[in-house]
Amino acid sequence: MKNISLRGGEFLLREVEPSQVFTPEDFTSEDQAIAQAAEDFVRGEVQTRNAEIEKQAEGVTVGLLKKAGELGLLSGDLPEAYGGLNLSKTTSTLLAEKMSLQASFAVSWGAHVGIGTLPILFFGTPEQKQKYLPKLATGEMIAAFSLSEANCGSDPLSARTKATLSPDGKYYLLNGEKMWTTNAGWADLFIVFAKVDGEKFTAFIVERNFPGVSVGREEHKLGIKGSSTRRVILENAQVPVENVLHEIGKGHHVAFGVLNIGRFKLAAATLGGAKEALTIATRYAKDRQQFGQPIANFGLIRQKLAEMAIQIYALESTVYRTAGMLDEVFHGIDATAPDANAQYREADEEYPVECAILKVFGSEVLDFVADETMQIHGGFGYTEEFPAAQIYRDSRINRIFEGTNEINRLLMLDQLMRRALKGKLPGLMEKIQALRAELNQPQMPTPDPADPLEAIGRYVVNAKKAVLITAGMAAEQVGTELEEKQEIVGHLADCLIQLYAMESVWLRTRKLQQKGLDITIPLAMARVFAYDAFDKIEASARRAIHSFAEGDMLQILLTALKRYTRRTAEVNTMALRRQIAEYVTQHERAWSAAGK
Amino acid sequence: MKVLVTVKRVPDPYAKISPNADGTDIAREGLTMAVNPFDEIALEEAIRLKEAGKATEIVAVSIGGAESQEQLRTALAMGADRAILVQTEEPLDPPSIARLLAAIVQREQPQLILMGKQAIDMDDNQVGQMLAAILNLPQATFASKITIEDSTATVERETDNGIETIRVPLPAVITADLRLNEPRYVALTGIVRARTKPLETLTPADLGITPKARVRLKKVEKPPARQAGKRVADVKELVRLLKEEARVI
Ligand SMILES: Cc1cc2nc3c(=O)[nH]c(=O)nc-3n(C[C@H](O)[C@H](O)[C@H](O)COP(=O)(O)OP(=O)(O)OC[C@H]3O[C@@H](n4cnc5c(N)ncnc54)[C@H](O)[C@@H]3O)c2cc1C
Repeated sequence: MKNISLRGGEFLLREVEPSQVFTPEDFTSEDQAIAQAAEDFVRGEVQTRNAEIEKQAEGVTVGLLKKAGELGLLSGDLPEAYGGLNLSKTTSTLLAEKMSLQASFAVSWGAHVGIGTLPILFFGTPEQKQKYLPKLATGEMIAAFSLSEANCGSDPLSARTKATLSPDGKYYLLNGEKMWTTNAGWADLFIVFAKVDGEKFTAFIVERNFPGVSVGREEHKLGIKGSSTRRVILENAQVPVENVLHEIGKGHHVAFGVLNIGRFKLAAATLGGAKEALTIATRYAKDRQQFGQPIANFGLIRQKLAEMAIQIYALESTVYRTAGMLDEVFHGIDATAPDANAQYREADEEYPVECAILKVFGSEVLDFVADETMQIHGGFGYTEEFPAAQIYRDSRINRIFEGTNEINRLLMLDQLMRRALKGKLPGLMEKIQALRAELNQPQMPTPDPADPLEAIGRYVVNAKKAVLITAGMAAEQVGTELEEKQEIVGHLADCLIQLYAMESVWLRTRKLQQKGLDITIPLAMARVFAYDAFDKIEASARRAIHSFAEGDMLQILLTALKRYTRRTAEVNTMALRRQIAEYVTQHERAWSAAGK
Repeated sequence: MKVLVTVKRVPDPYAKISPNADGTDIAREGLTMAVNPFDEIALEEAIRLKEAGKATEIVAVSIGGAESQEQLRTALAMGADRAILVQTEEPLDPPSIARLLAAIVQREQPQLILMGKQAIDMDDNQVGQMLAAILNLPQATFASKITIEDSTATVERETDNGIETIRVPLPAVITADLRLNEPRYVALTGIVRARTKPLETLTPADLGITPKARVRLKKVEKPPARQAGKRVADVKELVRLLKEEARVI
């Protein structure tokens, strides 16, 4: 096991030093050059063709994907042995953010490089990797992922698509219909999940021109209209036995394994989309005059702009911190080693909790930003004359695919529990015991530290205690029934999301300060975010507690919650938000140390 | 044929520029910097010459602070073979730049020097001409098409009177205009390959030159804000105002 700073889920139990976390300010000039190259391509080639992309004009998106392939924009995550650039996870996350400035294209690109390609990298045989990965790296082949069916979306293991071995033992014959396959209109290769003999859930690499493979018509979607979404129809589709991916009956490893990274990448994409929307909203607010002045002068509009910037800062801090953690586990894997796949799996299975948190947080931040972008545009935003309408429609899918946000909320807690049971969260029980003991000690309230960043650091520590005691008691009181009391799990998941984000914001801001950078705006954002996040954690924890505790237990827990969420520092969030809004309106973008 | 291409670090053409607090310079904090777009065109032309088998080596040269390495790395990522940075923090004027470049040309002995017609920060449009004069080389400025045959370059240049075609023997200095070509996107593969390409750093002293700027930047200020428009009652009044106030007719 690698020596890493925080194991999956451990953020709940332990503090780390700011120097141990990755922040966007740690990118090298080469990383910046990669980001710039991606951004130049997307602004110059993709955004300019928005209308054609959205109409799915023949060959446009697939042509852009191939062009991206020529420029190396499809090969960031692949190792050199298979024609990739072997970028670090942090750099490839930055690439994903920049590739996401046009939502439909972002989804097409993301499905190809993520859930389409990674199954082969993580689970393929050396022959499969050699055969397919170099072509996927250049865009010679475009990939898709067919897991969902009409009757099983959130519950993919109940798939009905069947695979039976042909009499001569050379092929599996696949029968069934997959629904919602992104890229289906132009993909050359599908990762298809089917049950061997109707029982053993298995992944297959299915080429489009294998006999018996066809696709349905385009779905008429609410948004991301430029992405292709179709059914994949398998009628005695002949899949050579050597195209079984990973082991028979172990398709769930493939499906869930790849979804971890997929969810994480989705968050990086929402970050790119949210930043773009903020710029559009800001420009409109400066331009639009009402009551004889730009609407950007009004407090309620400034509040929106500031809040968008704050949420983006939090998402960015959380995304790149997690990218850094992924780097720690993925770094140094030798793609050609005999046990490469085992190493990939071990790395991939480290952070499902964090990846699920990011998926939910990212998609909800983007939806918030998209909604406010629409609101700032007023009636004009509701027409197709302005980009706000498209932003609003395109954003919504993110809460649905790659596991709905409900499924991801459940998954966070489920994975935490599993890790605890498997002993992967050493010290958890002791920590909860210690907290219970602490609660029996009377405590003299001490005022918050005068230094605001110091104060946020204390809130983080206390919020962890509040969440741990609530979650620990919920597990103890409700026990195995917790799974059925999803409402409680949902509240706890909300606590985890805000906690992880709040801590990430704190760590980044402190690191900025340690680097000697100007933290006026980051500190203002951190203060407002921590203030609100703490409120949300307190409210969610209280709702959770009321849902399972009664009598004395209820009183003990509410007292505990009160103790850990006590705050004395004064925070004028209006003044802070105005300061942030000033920055946003002046620069017409989210805060960035690098000036981009 | 060896081609030398100049690469200047300038503010990104899409960046918002404003004067700094005391008006001595533009505000540089947080400003995104880029390769001068005309230099990018010159570089693109050099790369196309290499792809066509006419050029054998492309050397990118920049003069400026250590940060200019970033732009040289971009040049290497686009396709230059190696890079030279003449590192100096001195504010330089066109004659000093031309002298430093002349020393580099003498050292490198390229057959072709390709430059942007001007840098978009100062818009001087002087260095190429001065360099040719110092070295006593032929020059072809504002090139919109370049054809190299044997050891001559045929250059189409855009002038106010139409397109002029001139022929210059090589070595020569050619400066690129906007329509010469459309630079390629930087490929990620190029960026990764650029890691191992040589980037040499020299000082003006290494070239035996002590640059001394004779032109000094005195003040940077915002252009005056545009006046609000005026509504006129009829054509008669318009004509009168154009005559009396605007004094354009
Ligand atoms: C544009 C688009 C692109 C897509 N691309 C792909 C792709 O490339 N590959 C692919 O395989 N799939 C893809 N999907 C499918 C997507 O992943 C599913 O739609 C998603 O997983 C939800 O499944 P479902 O639609 O069947 O909804 P359902 O599972 O029917 O869910 C309906 C509602 O019930 C809730 N729900 C379901 N189960 C539970 C539970 N146990 N507890 C609480 N609530 C629950 C859900 O959260 C949701 O709110 C895509 C979908 C869309 C719309």
